[in-house]
Amino acid sequence: MATPAIGEAGKTGEWRDMKPVCDHSKCIPSIKKKAACFLCWLYCPEGVIKATIPLEIDLEYCKGCGICAEECPGKAITMVNEGEKNG
Amino acid sequence: MPENLFNVNIEEYMLPGQRACQGCGLSLAYRYVLKALRENTIVTFPACCLTVLHGLYPTTSVAIPALNCTFASTAASASGLVAGLNALNRTDITVVAIAGDGGTFDMGIQALSGAAERGTDFIYICYDNEGYMNTGTQRSSATPIGALTSTTPVLTKQQPKKDMLRIMEAHDLPYIATTSSAYPIDLYDKFVKAKRIKGPRYMQIAVPCPPGWGYAPKDTVRIGRLAVETGIVALFEIEDGKFHFTGRSKTLAEKGNKLPVINYVERQGRFRKMSIEQLRQLQRWVDTRWNEYLERAEG
Amino acid sequence: MGDVQIMTGNQAAALGAKLSHVQVVAAYPITPQTSVTEMLSQSIEGGELKAEYIRVESEHSALAVCISASTVGARVFTSTSSQGLLYMHEQIHWAAGSRLPIVMCCINRGVGAPWTIFNDQQDSIAQRDTGWIQIYCRDNQEIIDSIIQAYRIAESVYVPVMICYDGFVMSHTMMPVEIPDAEAVSDFLPPYKPHTVLSPEAPMNINPVLFPWRRANKEGVLCDGYMEMRYKLQKALDESRDVIISTSCQFAGVFGRDHGGMLWQYKTDDVEIVLVGMGSVASEATTAVDMLRSEGIKAGVIGIRVFRPFPKEDVRAAFKKVKAICVFEKGISYGYEGALCSEIKAAFYGTDIRLPIHNYICGLGGRDVKARELAEAVRLSLDAIATGDTEPAPIWLNCFTE
Repeated sequence: MATPAIGEAGKTGEWRDMKPVCDHSKCIPSIKKKAACFLCWLYCPEGVIKATIPLEIDLEYCKGCGICAEECPGKAITMVNEGEKNG
Repeated sequence: MPENLFNVNIEEYMLPGQRACQGCGLSLAYRYVLKALRENTIVTFPACCLTVLHGLYPTTSVAIPALNCTFASTAASASGLVAGLNALNRTDITVVAIAGDGGTFDMGIQALSGAAERGTDFIYICYDNEGYMNTGTQRSSATPIGALTSTTPVLTKQQPKKDMLRIMEAHDLPYIATTSSAYPIDLYDKFVKAKRIKGPRYMQIAVPCPPGWGYAPKDTVRIGRLAVETGIVALFEIEDGKFHFTGRSKTLAEKGNKLPVINYVERQGRFRKMSIEQLRQLQRWVDTRWNEYLERAEG
Repeated sequence: MGDVQIMTGNQAAALGAKLSHVQVVAAYPITPQTSVTEMLSQSIEGGELKAEYIRVESEHSALAVCISASTVGARVFTSTSSQGLLYMHEQIHWAAGSRLPIVMCCINRGVGAPWTIFNDQQDSIAQRDTGWIQIYCRDNQEIIDSIIQAYRIAESVYVPVMICYDGFVMSHTMMPVEIPDAEAVSDFLPPYKPHTVLSPEAPMNINPVLFPWRRANKEGVLCDGYMEMRYKLQKALDESRDVIISTSCQFAGVFGRDHGGMLWQYKTDDVEIVLVGMGSVASEATTAVDMLRSEGIKAGVIGIRVFRPFPKEDVRAAFKKVKAICVFEKGISYGYEGALCSEIKAAFYGTDIRLPIHNYICGLGGRDVKARELAEAVRLSLDAIATGDTEPAPIWLNCFTE
């Protein structure tokens, strides 16, 4: 019957009105240059954050919930307005 | 903390672009449930938020075999999976039933009690977002006292939350555990453990719901944490009748510093019509249960 | 002649399931079905039948268990009656929509309110829209034979089959039954292959939500909407007629008994008035026909064996030679007339078959239906027809209607 694929609900990145932006100079794993923290990866309900150095967030599917920004202990992630809709 | 984090199975069985709300507590919890249970799992679930998360034909967002069922029958559907797989000698697969509080505390209770009583070898998960959220926030027996819902829109819920955990305890299960979306590692560890146990295992997940509870999606983890900090949600395991706290609840029990429930209710729109008397009732309810748990933990 | 024993309808049913090597049984007790579940428990716990028996806590769960067990590839069986059948109604729709080859016995019993524990066919007739194949048995031999045939039919068209037989009248009545040879049954029933394998090897989601419209998959191929899936169920039922008939013939070839495929006829050569019914009322009608024939009345019986898919072409062919019909049924579609009567009339629409049809509602809640009452009804109908009364309102047989 239904087979697994990414994007069942379409490009859920289009749901956002605010998007997460990471300041890597404040990101603990980037600072320490090793696996550390990554609470954003842990708490992302979508699993669209990659626990890499530097951090990667898949903006095609990130819904902009803001949990990562809220939970980041280094205040490295901020939510900024999407601005013009880029289709 | 990072060490535990990095021992987690890195495979993602829940694919991006799924239909759950922004900041969905179920989405967060389910990610870790699936990581813990892994590929050799079949899940069955009724019409609920999870059905929507799994997606609409012909595509699904979850790379685990899944069988939808009718609303009352989740545990019976799981019983049939277990029976069928046994008959075919496929004993290497974990059968998981998962339903919301509506499909567990209310309509699903008969089938669940039956499956538990029969000693069915499966994991039953109740994700408790305290209402019929998929259909627009109607009241369930899991809704806390004083909460506004679309079917308690003026007077708020009059009854306290049904104690489903105690009901499940009455079935003499080998393993019962409470977990929370806000504590994914605690959740993950309990599901890894549950997978190895035989017999009926009941897992309840405290799942915050932004639209249903009236808070901003960014606060899902914060609200979930406050539920535990105030003792509204206690993180524990009961293994063959033996109770013990885990994680943050264990620390709170040892240090004796749980927060008053007002810290939790004041952040949620659903409690804006809660009366003082109801708030007192909620605090009493929390304190009574917490003290019972403390006694059991010591014993 | 094989192994002939006298046994009740319920014994025949339990034996039919056992011979079919069912692998999962889930059932809940209800009068008059109960002994079927007891006998199967005995067979399984006693080691004669290797199967999982799930002693569910309700009929709704009984069919839910059958559905998921069948989904993973096990051959399943359940049975129920009346309130139990009604309780699982949601699941009955679900099973057909899932296209699962579930075989279920409905031991016909009237429905409440008020309570009855006795026989009529309101319970199963009320399920006629669900998409199940329905076979009505006229004697205990037909029960055991039809269950075996049912697995073969169900597993080739992927439509569930309901085997109906009258509560107490057949379930608790002893009749001689020739037990089919176990090995011959195993040969007759190839192993069940599910249409979709639910397994970690190829994960998929079975029975998700479908949109009203067709929707493309990840490869861009347009896939079914809800309506297409439902059309496929109807198509499967239409195509099942041929499978039902061929299975009936093949069974006859192997086991020597032909129960008639879609419908059966008794003394319909040179016939004027035909008695129609399903199940034991139709077999009782054969006795009535013998009485009437001895008086010179050219009566015959057409017994509807398969109610769903409705045997429209068979009915048109069988009734072409007939002059008048009395439909005797143990149920009524309240607010209209007997369902079987309506459907027979509808089958004639579009043909030039125009004849008097009298609908008799009989035997509700177990009221006894005697052959002489059926014969008397036919005589009264003949008189009424002679005065021009071709389609009276349904007549409640042997019922106080003042």
